[in-house]
Amino acid sequence: MNPRPPAIRTKAETALADSFAHASASLPGGDAVRGLRTRAFDVFHERGLPNRRVEAWHYTDLRNFMREAYPIASGASVAPASGLRVIIHDGVCTLPSCALPVGLKLTAMRDALAGASDDLIHALFPDQGADDAMVAFNAAMARDGVLIEVAPGAQIDATIELSFTSSGDAPHGDISRSLVLVGEGARASIVESHAAPVKVQRNSALIFSIKAEASLSHVFETCADSPELHVSTLIAEVGQDASFSSLAFVSAGEVLRRQAFVRGSGERAKIALRGVSLLKGKQHADTTLVVEHAVPHGESRELFKTILDGEASGVFQGKVVVKPHAQKTDGGMKSQAILLSDDASMYNKPELEIFADDVVCGHGATVGQLDEDQIFYLMARGIPRVQAEGMIIEGFAREVLEFVEDETIRERLGAELSGWLARRAS
Amino acid sequence: MAAVQETVDKVRSVEVDAYKYGFVTDIESDMAPKGLNEDIVRFISAKKDEPEWMTQWRLDAYKRWLTMQEPVWARVNYPKIDFQDLYYYAAPKRSPGPKSLDEVDPELLRTYEKLGIPLREREILAGVEGAAERRVAVDAVFDSVSVATTFKAELAKAGVIFCPISEALQTHPELVRKYLGTVVPVTDNYYATLNSAVFSDGSFVYVPPGVRCPMELSTYFRINEKNTGQFERTLIIADKGSYVSYLEGCTAPKRDENQLHAAVVELVALEDAEIKYSTVQNWYPGDSEGRGGIYNFVTKRGDCRGDRSKISWTQVETGSAITWKYPSCILRGDESRGEFYSIAISNGHQQVDSGTKMLHLGKNTSSRIISKGIAAGRSDNTYRGQVFAHRKAKGARNFTNCDSLLIGDTCGAHTVPYIESRNASAVFEHEATTSKISDDQLFYCMQRGLSGEEATALIVNGFVRDVLQQLPMEFAVEAQKLIAVSLEGSVG
Repeated sequence: MNPRPPAIRTKAETALADSFAHASASLPGGDAVRGLRTRAFDVFHERGLPNRRVEAWHYTDLRNFMREAYPIASGASVAPASGLRVIIHDGVCTLPSCALPVGLKLTAMRDALAGASDDLIHALFPDQGADDAMVAFNAAMARDGVLIEVAPGAQIDATIELSFTSSGDAPHGDISRSLVLVGEGARASIVESHAAPVKVQRNSALIFSIKAEASLSHVFETCADSPELHVSTLIAEVGQDASFSSLAFVSAGEVLRRQAFVRGSGERAKIALRGVSLLKGKQHADTTLVVEHAVPHGESRELFKTILDGEASGVFQGKVVVKPHAQKTDGGMKSQAILLSDDASMYNKPELEIFADDVVCGHGATVGQLDEDQIFYLMARGIPRVQAEGMIIEGFAREVLEFVEDETIRERLGAELSGWLARRAS
Repeated sequence: MAAVQETVDKVRSVEVDAYKYGFVTDIESDMAPKGLNEDIVRFISAKKDEPEWMTQWRLDAYKRWLTMQEPVWARVNYPKIDFQDLYYYAAPKRSPGPKSLDEVDPELLRTYEKLGIPLREREILAGVEGAAERRVAVDAVFDSVSVATTFKAELAKAGVIFCPISEALQTHPELVRKYLGTVVPVTDNYYATLNSAVFSDGSFVYVPPGVRCPMELSTYFRINEKNTGQFERTLIIADKGSYVSYLEGCTAPKRDENQLHAAVVELVALEDAEIKYSTVQNWYPGDSEGRGGIYNFVTKRGDCRGDRSKISWTQVETGSAITWKYPSCILRGDESRGEFYSIAISNGHQQVDSGTKMLHLGKNTSSRIISKGIAAGRSDNTYRGQVFAHRKAKGARNFTNCDSLLIGDTCGAHTVPYIESRNASAVFEHEATTSKISDDQLFYCMQRGLSGEEATALIVNGFVRDVLQQLPMEFAVEAQKLIAVSLEGSVG
C-alpha cells in the first residue's frame, strides 16, 4: 500500500541503514541467510520507517516516534537464570542451566543459524509480514534469539519463560528473532516479558510454527521498566486441529506496537488472540492483527480491551482474512475501550476481508466512558467514586484474564491489574 | 407482499445479463474537442456564460489538479484512465433561449419516456393507501447538461429555487458563490478537483428559512455520448428550519469502453434544517465478462452547519463497473444528526468500495450507519467508513451496523471501518457480520414452492428492508425491482 518511497530519509532511517552496512558482514548465517537478509534490508530501505501514509501504521507514526535511532547493542551473554528461563539480553541469548523437560530443546539462534537447514531458514523467515518495514529490518539485522523445539507428542507442563532485558548503560537498540517449533500433538506454554532499565528501542520477533494437533499458549507482558519504544512482532502458522492462543497484558512502555500475523493453514485450526491494555500518561499502544484463514473449518476469536487515562492513545487494528475455499470459517472479533479522560484517544479499525461465501464472521467495536448508572449504584452503597470506578474497570478487564489457563500467571496478571488501579486511585 | 411478487415477476421476465437502460439515443450533440487543458476549462466556462470569478475558480482547480495524483487506496482495480482521451463537454444540441419542454429534442423526450421519468408535468404517482397525491419535480441531466426542470413555477411560489446550477450562476450568483466549494473544497481530492475544473451542470436547490419543500425534488443523470466524462455538480442549501427531500437516479447506455462519472454533491443544512438525499444508482455495470461499464468516482458530502440540523443519505447502488463513493456528514452544529443507509449490490465483475464518514465536531451530535452489502458473481464489495469524534464533540453518539451477504464462492465482501474517538464522553458502537443465505432459509422458502432464485430475492429483500424503508415510496418500489434484476443469474 505504500508504493512511493520516502522522498527524504530521516536521520533515524540513515542511522539504521548505516548500522546494517556495518553489521552485515558479521551477522551469523550462511549464504542463504545472507541473501535473505540483504533482500529484507532492501524492503526496509525502499519503504523507510513506517509513517502515517502506510495504511497499517496509520496511527503509529514511527518516523515521528523514532526521531533518533539509538545505536544497536552488540551485547554479550549474561549469567544463566535458574529455572526454565531464557534470557535475551541486549538481543543476545543466554540459555538456562537447569535440566530441560523431556522433549524440549533450546538452542541459541546464533548457533542454530551457523548450520541451519533449509527447513529451519524457511521457518525463521516466513512470508507472513515480510512486507512490513520493521519486520524486514528485524530479519535483516537479528543476530540472535532462541530456537525452541518441542518434540512431537511432548507435553511440556512447565512454562517456558522468555525474559527480554538490557544493560543499564547508554540508550541503545536491540533486535532479536526467535523461533518456536511445536511438533505434532505436542503441548507447551510460553511467557514473554520485556524489561529495559534505560531508554531502549526494541525490535523483537517471535515466530511460531504449530504442527497438527499441537497446542501452544503464549502470554506477552510488559514489566515496570519497559522499553521506550518497542515493536513486537508475532508470526504464527497453525496446523490442522492445532490450537494457538496468545494473550497480551500491557501496562508499561512509552510506545508499543504489537503486531501479529497469524495463519490457520490446517483444517479446524483454532486461533485465539486476546489482550488487555492499561494506558495512562502519554503512553501509546498499538495492537495490529492479521488473522488469515487459508483452509476450511477454521476458527478464530479475538478479544481486546483497552483502558485509557491521561493523554494516552490506543490503537486496535484487526483484520480477518478468509481466503477463497476457506468455507465454514467461524470468526469473531471484539474490541472494547473505556476512556477515563477527555484527553485520551482510541482508534479502532476492525476489518473483514472475505472471499468465501459459507462463513460466519463478525466483529464488534465499542468506545465509551464508564457507565454513570453503574458508578451511582456503587456510590449509593457507600463506595467512594474512585474505588467504584476501579471495581467496574477490574470487572471489565478480568473478562480477558479469565482465559489464562495457568493459574499462577492469571493471578500475577490480576495482581498487576489491581496494582494499576490502586495507583490510579491514590 | 405485492411488491415482493412484483420482484419475483421481474426476475422471471428479465434475461440474464440484461440491462434495461442499455439503449443509446441518437441525438446530435455539441461536443468540445477531446482532452483536457486550460482552453477546455475556459471553453466550458464560456459556454455557460459564467462570471469571471467562476472561470478563475475553475482554472485554479485545474492548476491544482495537475499537481495531484490519483488515489490508489481503494480496494478496486482498473486500468489507468487516460484523462486526455475523454470528452469533457457534450451537450444535446439546441438553440439558446428560454427552456421549455417544447424546445427539447423529441428524441430526448422519448429517451426519458423509456427511462420512465415523470418529466411531463402532472405525472402523478399514487401514494400509499390513498394518501394525498405525490408529485416529483425533476431536473434531467443529459450527458453534461441539464435539459429540463419541471414544476418550477409551483416551487417558486414556495420560494424554493430548483434549477440547473449553470442557471443559478446567472440568476443567483451570490448564493452559489457563498456556498459552492465550502463543503467539498476545490482541493479536496483528485476527482473532486477535476470536477471543480470541468463540471458542466447539475442541480441547484435553495430552500428558504422555514419552508418545507412542497414536493420531492429529483434529478436523473444519463451519460449518452461515447467517451464522455460526466461531471455534474449538485449544491443543496436548506436554510434555517427548512426541509427538503431530494432523489437522484442514474443510467447509462451499454458501451464497450468504460465511461467516467465524477460528480460532486454538496449539502448545507443550517439551523434546524433537514435534508434527505436519496440515490438509486444504476449506471451500466459492464457485461458479464467485465467489459465496459461506468467508473463512478463521486464525492458527496453534507455539512450540518447549524445546530439541530439533520442530513440523511440513503443509497441503493446496483450499477457501475466501479463505485468509489463515500457520502459523508460533517456534524458541526450542536445536536446535529447524520444518517447513512446503504444497499450496495455487486454482481458480475463489479467492484464496489463505498461507505461513509461521520465527523462529529459539535456537542451531543449523533449518527447512525446502516450498510448492507450483497456480493454475487465475481464481484468485490467493500464497506469503508469512518466515525470520528473531535475532542470538543462531547456526548457524541454513533451506531454502526454493516452486514454483508455473499452469494456464491467467487465473490468477496470486505469491511474496513475506522473508529476514532478523541474524548471520553463519545460513545461509539460498531458491529459487522458476514454470512451467506442459510440453507435453512432457502429450504423453507423452496418447500413452499418458490424457485431458488425467487427464494433468494425474497430473502435479500428482507435483508435490506431496514434501508428500503428509508427511501421515498416511489423509489422504494423501483429499488426493490432493481435488487432483483441485479441479482439475476447469481443463483444456481
